[in-house]
Amino acid sequence: MIVLNGEESDVRPGELLSAALARLQLDLQARGVAVAVDGEVVPRAQWSSYALAAHARVEVLTAMQGG
Amino acid sequence: MRETIDTHAGGPDAARNGAAEPAAAEPLAAEPVAAGPATDDPAADELIVAGRTLRSRLLLGTGGFPSLAILAEAIEASGTELVTVALRRVDPSARGSLVDVLAQAEVQLLPNTAGCHTARDAVLTARLAREAFETDWVKLEVIGDEDTLLPDAPELLLAAEELVDEGFVVLPYTSDDPVLARRLADVGCAAVMPLGSPIGSGMGIRNPYNIALIREAVKVPVVLDAGIGTASDAAIAMELGCDAVLAASAISRAADPVRMAAAMRAAVQAGRLARGAGRIPRRLYATASSPEAGLPELGPS
Repeated sequence: MIVLNGEESDVRPGELLSAALARLQLDLQARGVAVAVDGEVVPRAQWSSYALAAHARVEVLTAMQGG
Repeated sequence: MRETIDTHAGGPDAARNGAAEPAAAEPLAAEPVAAGPATDDPAADELIVAGRTLRSRLLLGTGGFPSLAILAEAIEASGTELVTVALRRVDPSARGSLVDVLAQAEVQLLPNTAGCHTARDAVLTARLAREAFETDWVKLEVIGDEDTLLPDAPELLLAAEELVDEGFVVLPYTSDDPVLARRLADVGCAAVMPLGSPIGSGMGIRNPYNIALIREAVKVPVVLDAGIGTASDAAIAMELGCDAVLAASAISRAADPVRMAAAMRAAVQAGRLARGAGRIPRRLYATASSPEAGLPELGPS
């Protein structure tokens, strides 16, 4: 089971990170977005090749008003 | 030679009490300060941070604006070129894109690490922000206490060192401690951003003496961050020698944010000019501004 932004998701182990992003209506060109898997940054260039392991914790972040 | 700093420019309490200065004959701040702008034209009075030129000395926090439209108007009214953003989970149901609004305003983004309580989290957040916004700049916040949101000094210094090593342009939100500010500058921070009072408190600059000491303690730009409540606070920060002011809540939560943005812009410019002009010393007794000579005899009173 893969956790996407703090919630259990229907993303299966072995699916690509880009597939997880699609669950959030994001494509590879999404502006101002960064991704961490298990606490490590995954650069944009790897989104379409990074296969998610079982129990991966995916954080997909963007700009919010603040500071 | 040590620069003479007017530690009293920001002493509103001293100003109100009037008699707070014991040594009228030996004022602490008698000499004009030559640390202000070389020009009277605010547009030509540039601030350089990490080699980048900013024409506005007002930094804007984007938190708390009632709408993206008002944020856009406030950016315009403030004249700012550098605005902070936070990094949070994508919300697919969110309406409007902050990134798009800021791109349209042609401002530079300063991502923050707000909400981080450890150096580790702050460093990871900065790396994510670099990935998301393609900027090496980061407003480094490491919070040590939930009620006051005061910085956690040891974690802040650790994170600053790590991020400088990784090539970031680090602007740390720090306490008003001159020693910590110097340590942050020593590890390579591009500026230091001391608080005037707690974030969002609107209490202004509670320790103007420390802000003046920080200005003396470091060579990098000093940006007064946090605590600004209204325009006069921003002017006082600049009179104390700060190179810029960051305002967020004071603008975004004002009854009329756009008008307050314009007020802050004017206050930063006024304070900067006054700093360069060199204020008169405070004195306990009056100094007549009209000549004694030539006073007429007008008969018995």
